Amino acid sequence: MKFMLLQAYGGVPEDVPPMTEWTPAEIDAHITYQKDLNAELIERGEFVDARGLAAPKLAKFVVSDGSGSPLVTDGPFPESKELLAGYRLIDVESVERAIEIAAKGSAAPGPGGRPIKQEIEVRELMGPPITH
Amino acid sequence: MVPLSSISRQKNHEIEGLLREAAPRALVAVARRFGDFADAEDAVQEAMIDASRQWPAQGLPESPTAWLIHVASRRMTDRIRSEASRRGREQAVAEGVPASAPPEPEERSEADDTLLLMFMCCHPSLTPTSAITLTLRAVAGLATAEIAAAFLVPEQTMAQRISRAKKTIEGSGEPFAMPAAEERGERLRSVLRVIYLIFNEGYTASGGAELARADLAAEAIRLGRIVQLALPAEPEVGGLLALMLLTEARRPARTDAGGELVPLEEQDRGLWDRGLIAEGRSLLGEALAHGAVGEYQLQAAIAAEHAKALAPEQANWGEILALYGLLEQVTGNPMVALNRAIAAAMVEGPQAGLSLLDELDRELEGHHRLHSTRAHLLEQAGDRRTALAEYQRAAELTRSIPERNYLTKQAARLHASRPRG
Repeated sequence: MKFMLLQAYGGVPEDVPPMTEWTPAEIDAHITYQKDLNAELIERGEFVDARGLAAPKLAKFVVSDGSGSPLVTDGPFPESKELLAGYRLIDVESVERAIEIAAKGSAAPGPGGRPIKQEIEVRELMGPPITH
Repeated sequence: MVPLSSISRQKNHEIEGLLREAAPRALVAVARRFGDFADAEDAVQEAMIDASRQWPAQGLPESPTAWLIHVASRRMTDRIRSEASRRGREQAVAEGVPASAPPEPEERSEADDTLLLMFMCCHPSLTPTSAITLTLRAVAGLATAEIAAAFLVPEQTMAQRISRAKKTIEGSGEPFAMPAAEERGERLRSVLRVIYLIFNEGYTASGGAELARADLAAEAIRLGRIVQLALPAEPEVGGLLALMLLTEARRPARTDAGGELVPLEEQDRGLWDRGLIAEGRSLLGEALAHGAVGEYQLQAAIAAEHAKALAPEQANWGEILALYGLLEQVTGNPMVALNRAIAAAMVEGPQAGLSLLDELDRELEGHHRLHSTRAHLLEQAGDRRTALAEYQRAAELTRSIPERNYLTKQAARLHASRPRG
């Protein structure tokens, strides 16, 4: 079963400050935790892909009616907290395992080493039709 | 006793090396004989796959190149026959297959052959991405799957990119031959640019979480050596090779134990590869002696100045500043101007660098390096508040995760040490 674990720029409690206001050591601890989690997924044969997306400031929204030039909206956006920050794509045995991995990602350490309780959206990928 | 598996692994490695050395010559020979670069390329790739299956069991042929030419030519002939029979025109066989087909490579040097291939792969009708892909496959002899892995795209996508690139060349109608003398200078510049792009892709890995994909950098250096062998008197060829070697020398110091980015001024220079530096400097010396100075020699000269210094502040910044001035004249590139601002700050103080940066605001708007450099110089000048804001902006604008981590930590460091209240 393939799942996409998505996280947005918001999705952390109000009392967690932006990363530039953490100490460098806290940032290092957070990065190491995320890398270790990826290493664990690779080691268990569950890793497919993990990507961070460039900042909302660089996002563009495009709408076109199929003729003429498209309507392109550039950032910054007032609702930028809702934009995707990154994702992990995993291939696991069960939805329980997907939730377990999402929970680990959510509990990544922040200021003071406390888990930041990042909200993770767990979405199962649709597959090919099941025919016999 | 050496375990069997390791013998066969070593043997496979040896075969892979032989194949990759032989492939460009074989491709040139087959493409010449049949006058069809695109199909010849497919045929040689298929012959390489045959070789990697047959050689381990049957032993190595006397001449790997002749073997590849023979097998690839047979595949070409088969293809032409089946196309001909499909069209019901047996005549095409007689027209398509030259009567006398000597299996040996012709009386041309290996370096000439490779150069001809490089010129084809860097055809002006190709985009840089296509030229890079085709060069890695046809000249460097990498398999489609390997190239796909290096650029993090599915194999099918990469196969399509290669096939479209070959069709573009075919569509241009250029014969498979050395470009006319008056075009060679421009084509050589494209070749050098493609090699440099491959190197940078391997060295910096612009997008992904991995800072360096060593294989591509090694491939670029290998290609640089091949071109240098073919054109030993072209100073920019030597300059580019020197530049790549001098840059590659820093790789062991460029990331820390956790894989995080370490900028030049903080690198442990004891880790720099002295062998590569010595080779780079000697190549640069030879290139400069030819007199025609170009952008790669200038960049290599700057890298050589850094390599000579045991610590950043011991570098000859006056010389580096002068070299950046020349490089800016040659290229007109605003990123060079940005580096010149850093050198100016080292020579004349941060304010001098900051004023130079102000002139770049319009040209480099939205580029993270403008902001990270300004942050660095502002901090040196004592304006930590504005420096913090500039580091934050730079972190928001970069497309590289290691760079973003580094810049975020710089901002965090200033935030943590700010005066409270």
